[in-house]
Amino acid sequence: MKNVQKSKRANKSLPFFFKDEFKVLFVIILVSLILLVTTFTFDVVPPILNRGIQPATFPKALLILIIAMTLIIYYLSTKNPWKIEKKLPKSFFLTLFSFILFVIVSKTLDFFLAISALSIFVSYCWGEKRLFYLLLVGIIFPIIVFIFFETILGLRFPPGIITNIYYS
Amino acid sequence: MDNLLLMLAPLFSSKLLLVLFFGTLFGLILGVLPGLGPTTGGALILPFTMTLDPLSAIVLLTSIYCAGTYGGAITAVLINTPGTPAAAATCLDGYPLAQKGEAGRALGMATVSSTVGGIFSVIILVFFAPILAQLAYEFGQPEYFALAIFGLTMLASIGEGSPIKNLIAGAFGILISTVGKDFMTSIDRFTFGVNELTEGIGFIPVVVGLFAMSEMLTQSTLINQVFNRIALKAIKLPSIDDYKKTWKTILRSSGIGSFIGVLPAEGGTVASLIGYSEAKRFSKTPEEFGKGSIEGIAGAEAANNAATGGAMVPTLALGIPGSATTAVILTGLIIHGVRPGPDLFREQPDFLYGIFGAMLIANILFFIFGFFGAKIFARITLVPNKILWPMIFAVSVCGTYSLNQSIIDVWIMLFFGVLGFFMRRYGFSVVPVIIGLILGELVEGTLRQSLVIFDGNWLMFLTRPIALTFFILSLIALAFPLIRSRKIKRINDKV
Repeated sequence: MKNVQKSKRANKSLPFFFKDEFKVLFVIILVSLILLVTTFTFDVVPPILNRGIQPATFPKALLILIIAMTLIIYYLSTKNPWKIEKKLPKSFFLTLFSFILFVIVSKTLDFFLAISALSIFVSYCWGEKRLFYLLLVGIIFPIIVFIFFETILGLRFPPGIITNIYYS
Repeated sequence: MDNLLLMLAPLFSSKLLLVLFFGTLFGLILGVLPGLGPTTGGALILPFTMTLDPLSAIVLLTSIYCAGTYGGAITAVLINTPGTPAAAATCLDGYPLAQKGEAGRALGMATVSSTVGGIFSVIILVFFAPILAQLAYEFGQPEYFALAIFGLTMLASIGEGSPIKNLIAGAFGILISTVGKDFMTSIDRFTFGVNELTEGIGFIPVVVGLFAMSEMLTQSTLINQVFNRIALKAIKLPSIDDYKKTWKTILRSSGIGSFIGVLPAEGGTVASLIGYSEAKRFSKTPEEFGKGSIEGIAGAEAANNAATGGAMVPTLALGIPGSATTAVILTGLIIHGVRPGPDLFREQPDFLYGIFGAMLIANILFFIFGFFGAKIFARITLVPNKILWPMIFAVSVCGTYSLNQSIIDVWIMLFFGVLGFFMRRYGFSVVPVIIGLILGELVEGTLRQSLVIFDGNWLMFLTRPIALTFFILSLIALAFPLIRSRKIKRINDKV
């Protein structure tokens, strides 16, 4: 509670472009504008084939609605600043990094290896130092899941250095 | 009478009984684990349902839904952390009562009121879903469009948090549904040259991302949190005095929960909060609320389980989900080639009444499991997050990959995980995104087809009485939070 109050006070004294409300709503509007511009690149249906409205019209309307509502939220937030909880801990950023690591490893090396690496990494970063449990979450459990999906659902996992050995 | 016999069909099928048994057990485990729940669990198990026939698949999902909603109460009472958002109101009195050494009594009341609420809502489902389906025969494209808009505005209005933020999230969900080939003209939209996106963004990667992966990121911020667990000796059935004190509350909350469930909103979460506050309003001892009131537990738990049957009414009768979990069930129906709506009631009554019967049995099963096994289920919370979440990650990744065998789906899931985390952090509910995504095609499709019927004249919507009624209700739903906040302000000013 104290943290929330402190951060609310600190947030109030900042210039508007440093405030969380502004940053969040700015990102929403920026992304919406980019998508809105993209809608102008959609193919246009000739009138004879067009039924009702053009394919770009509906997403355009939605994006304009999102931008309008975001501006309303910004106006309201100037009266009632948001209550944003304390700063994010290191473990959050490490977990976020593990997601990126997963994408890279699954794309370049191996899908199974990526699951295994992320599981060990996250478990370790969250405080698990015992080797048996690290092996359990990083190797034993993913193998069980892998075999389960493969046999029950007949799933074929994407090729990679470890998966290829398994399939060969 | 025939329908009643059809409802009992699951009892005579060993396969369905096994599915029910497993689904209820799995649902309870999911409900007990904070951060997981029937929505995430349903989404994760959806790929496995492909190996089952349609009825078994939906029975599995609905039993997870019923048991998962109840399971949240166990954690709410014993560690003051709701296993599911729907159990948040149960913490308010469940934990204080457990602190007084009456955890068994608190859980006993939670179990009984959840079961009564659940069974009550199934009865509502059996009677009202066919009536609603019959009414739906009057619906054309404009009416469905107006109904979907009404659903989204209701979601924004009575859902958790800011209505405008909910509307943005809902609009964003609809926007996601526009990714891929336009279903009327086959023109690519928002595909950015990625072939995998031409088929659109799947429901499962978005649900698993927004619920499971964002929760994993949330848990990463709480790794140093210590829970004060209260030991449970045994669940006690409520005493005669407790029944006398709570029977009216249980019935009232069952009614409230069923009604809220029918509305396309956040189902159990909103229902339990309203059930709780109404229990307090009608109580002879409102001062006990928040300090371990048995009525508070009954009010919240009867309402959240009653919302399960209620939420199934629009899902089955109209194809419009009443909650995030029913959106998953709706996806299950679609994946298995079952099209919800009035025709389903006419053409496949055995299928429908099989589901109703299964929900009824699931409510009885979780009563038995909860009563005899709550102590064991409570121990599941002892599994440390540093072990549990990496395992959930492995299942989430494989489950998401399995539906289309697409690695892009896994990356989409991770993207929505990060997005969901930040949405929740800044007060945007993720539920409207899910509902928006599932209703997106209906909203756009019915709008465009209506405009074809009306020859592009938007005002023609106002000439259709049912559509006009839904539009007026949507405006009322949008105005409701404004009226409510002004009323609260006026009361505060007077005080």
